[in-house]
Amino acid sequence: MSSLSIFNQLEISHYIYLSTVLFCIGLFGVLFRRNAIIILMCIELMLNAVNLLFVAFSSYMGDADGQIFVFFIMVVAAAEAAVGLAILVLVYRNTRKTDVSFLDNLKG
Amino acid sequence: MNLPIPFLILSFLTILSALYVVTSKSPIHSVLALIFTFFTISAHYVLLNAQFLAVVNLIVYAGAIMVLFLFVLMLLNLSKEIEPIKSNGWAIAATISAGSILLMITAAFQVFGESVAKNPVEGIGLVKALGNVLFTRFLVPFELTGILFLAAMVGAVLLGKREKISTELSSDEILNP
Repeated sequence: MSSLSIFNQLEISHYIYLSTVLFCIGLFGVLFRRNAIIILMCIELMLNAVNLLFVAFSSYMGDADGQIFVFFIMVVAAAEAAVGLAILVLVYRNTRKTDVSFLDNLKG
Repeated sequence: MNLPIPFLILSFLTILSALYVVTSKSPIHSVLALIFTFFTISAHYVLLNAQFLAVVNLIVYAGAIMVLFLFVLMLLNLSKEIEPIKSNGWAIAATISAGSILLMITAAFQVFGESVAKNPVEGIGLVKALGNVLFTRFLVPFELTGILFLAAMVGAVLLGKREKISTELSSDEILNP
């Protein structure tokens, strides 16, 4: 039972607060930064905060489904990063910038 | 409040490196700090008895996705600090938005309280247990994920492919305007 001792010393609320703080740091980055690569990285940070919360709940409740969900989130994050970076390279090729504040062609 | 020391150190490192990702001027430093953040999150997974996910997190995030980011960063030669400083209004607005979300989620969990049933089971995060669940109850989503990956791969290749005529013209225009 020694490997389960962490669950007796820590409440789930500590993990809730940790991942909330991580999520909000990522959100702040998405709102504040202009570089599109950094914005994508902050989205990865937010996804990881959610993953951490999933794993914490799954481990505390003794149910493996949450960890399977994390597995699927990782897959979707990988696909999102690949497509997002491909779009970014395309944007850079056309405009020579990755600054999102210049991408306002659709503004009326 | 008597928290375990490993959790405190790991949480401190995680939040510190996440803040550095957001505030660093140089994109390369941001990528490296994000890799470090993923390492600490993997350590959290080990702490939570999710050993398989800890290894997968290292391989997929720190190994594959961040290398992709680093590769694009160096391919586009964006390692210089080219980002213009935003005005203070943007910083204040972003801080207020993120802070109010933080406040809201925290308050929601205060109401929610400690009503989670604590029932940890040994060996739940190992490959054997996860594989049993993944290939029985979640078999159809697993196969659909494969199709999603295929579509993402085709999309990325299609987007990244150079169109011969139009791109050469535009790159000529940029080089010799």
